[in-house]
Amino acid sequence: MSSRTLPLLFINLGGEMLYILDQRLRAQNIPADKAKKADWIEDDRRRVMNDIITTMFNKKFLEELFKPQELYSKKALRTVFDRLAHASIMRLNQASMDKLYDLMTMAFKYQVLLCPRPKDILLVSFNHMDAIKDFVKETPSILSQVDETYKQLIEMYTPLSSGEFQLIRQTLLIFFQDMHIRVSIFLKDKVQNSNGRFVLPTSGPVPHGTQIPGLIRMFSCSGEEVKKLQFRNGGNYTSALREGSFEMFGERVIKLGTNMYSVSRPVETHLSGTSKNSAQQKSVNTTPNPLAKEELNMLARLMGGLEVQKTSSVDNGFRVNLFATDEEEEEALISRPDEFSYDVINIQATKNQRANAELAKIMGDFTEEGEELCPSSASSKGDDLLAMMDGL
Amino acid sequence: MMYHKEKSIQIKSSASALYNNLSVLRIAPRNLTYFSVVHANMVNMVSASWDGLNYSHRQLQSKEPNVTTSSSLIMQAAWCVLPYREILVLTSQKGIQMYESDGSIMVYWHALDTPETPTAQAVFARGIAAVRDKYICVGISSGSVLVFDVPSKGSNITLSEVLEEHKESITDMASECSGSLECIADLVSADDSGNLSVWKSGEDFQLLNKIPGFDMSCSSVKLWKGTVVAGYGTGQIRLYEAITGIIHAEINAHARWIYSLDIAPFSGLVRSAFTCSLPFQIVHMYNECVTDTQICGAKFCDGDGYAFAVTGYDLSEIIRYTQA
Repeated sequence: MSSRTLPLLFINLGGEMLYILDQRLRAQNIPADKAKKADWIEDDRRRVMNDIITTMFNKKFLEELFKPQELYSKKALRTVFDRLAHASIMRLNQASMDKLYDLMTMAFKYQVLLCPRPKDILLVSFNHMDAIKDFVKETPSILSQVDETYKQLIEMYTPLSSGEFQLIRQTLLIFFQDMHIRVSIFLKDKVQNSNGRFVLPTSGPVPHGTQIPGLIRMFSCSGEEVKKLQFRNGGNYTSALREGSFEMFGERVIKLGTNMYSVSRPVETHLSGTSKNSAQQKSVNTTPNPLAKEELNMLARLMGGLEVQKTSSVDNGFRVNLFATDEEEEEALISRPDEFSYDVINIQATKNQRANAELAKIMGDFTEEGEELCPSSASSKGDDLLAMMDGL
Repeated sequence: MMYHKEKSIQIKSSASALYNNLSVLRIAPRNLTYFSVVHANMVNMVSASWDGLNYSHRQLQSKEPNVTTSSSLIMQAAWCVLPYREILVLTSQKGIQMYESDGSIMVYWHALDTPETPTAQAVFARGIAAVRDKYICVGISSGSVLVFDVPSKGSNITLSEVLEEHKESITDMASECSGSLECIADLVSADDSGNLSVWKSGEDFQLLNKIPGFDMSCSSVKLWKGTVVAGYGTGQIRLYEAITGIIHAEINAHARWIYSLDIAPFSGLVRSAFTCSLPFQIVHMYNECVTDTQICGAKFCDGDGYAFAVTGYDLSEIIRYTQA
């Protein structure tokens, strides 16, 4: 569908990821046996955020991202975010990475669904960008990368018509289709129902450019209004708010895309395990993708731009847990239903030599010795590339 | 007028958030109604018996022949009713497929010119209408409208004309649905900037009128007794006289983008949900709210508007209402 969707998907998901990591880094309990000073911890947090943000906004990476292209599969995009989350000294176990990705995707799905107008997705993106800018405000070099990205967003998206934005929105909604993971912060705020579906309000301000429903005007042949009728529309709407700013600075007006984790509360996800949901999820994901090879090539090009900072020693890396305790994290990994597993692409298993070589080089740069980034299917499953992808 | 909710029809996968994502074909001789709903690269078809006892399902994938890449996303599926046959048309990113009405056999395939590497402008087909005795018209993302000549049987379908009037992507198309032979206008096409073109069919289609938009996409359009009924992204519905472009009425109908509207041709009921009759009486008839659902398809199930059905994004059912 729209070939301009990927940058918005990436930036918004990336923004949500940063909100969550920032919250967890602040809330993380520091092990008692490590005698650290408070400001070292603060430095660590800032360093992790800076490392991830500078990787996200790497010029070469963004160049690839902004090229017209179809959206990646969920597998491929998850691989990119795995990579991004590990662009610093921070480490995440698989269960935490899964939970992080669940939260990111459900948050952005919610924002896309609730946007009053399709064009407002751009305002949501600017909310994320504004927050990212605030994270790195004390580091001029990264700040300039972020500013550069604002300009690219403005250049690419502000000229688009309402219909083109709707196509982007429809493309995003297909990507998020059938995802109904329950997020406790959404359940508590009553924006999500217990069946995982979001609440769509029938009250509040109408979108900018829309009139409050309820009026019928009839005209004569000469264009004169001859009759006016009111009807009750069943909702409880008020006039539109003023339009948010589509420039580098300015009040965005829309609150979607701002940091909902600023009040520190533990965030749990519940995996909606109804059989209907899982059947649907399976029906979408199990169709062999003949484009797997092409997608790997695209992924290689994209990830080639994700420069990684090598950690000098394993000791400097520290693990972040998205759960309250290590035991909870372990339990989450064991009990995660199959249909919710994110099959991250196992690069070693590919037969495409060129993509494999390039990707292996990139992935090898940061995979620590003995550590498996991707869920391993240790033995290669034979010659069929598709079978290997499906077997992950 | 009141409607009450009937038992929903379950479908195999959920509806995608696409314009006009529900098509209905009534097969009176067999007491059956067919429904079709698009899910990504698949069409869910359900055949429902009128007594509500039998349902059968079929899923069609947009597998284009001679194409080795993955199946593409489907933009729309709709039945086209011609005097001697009914054709199911699927439009996707790669092209246009036509099937016999039960989806069993593909009778025609038209490939779009898709570039080697993706361009900023998306490529797809969208907007389907059966016109008069033998034409099926399909819109394209470039703004072109393809006119196909369809014989009374067989697969000798040919592209007879390309109408180049719109500059923006076609969103929807509609043919005159009242059955009246007096109407001069046969077809209306709508695009992403809200522009409407009114046509007369024939060996060469003739442009009768252009009704300018107001920089807002017109996502759903119908033509009834010479009146264009158009739904816009602002939630507004407008009624124009097709030939002259004179605006008859403007309704602030919805608080969100209109995804679909339909007319019951015998009664003039407009699902979204107003009735209109000549000379222009618009009466608001009925409101219904499907909780927490973004509606993407709405269709009357019969010519009088006695029953209608809706689909919603992420919903795996077709919700039905009948008059109380």
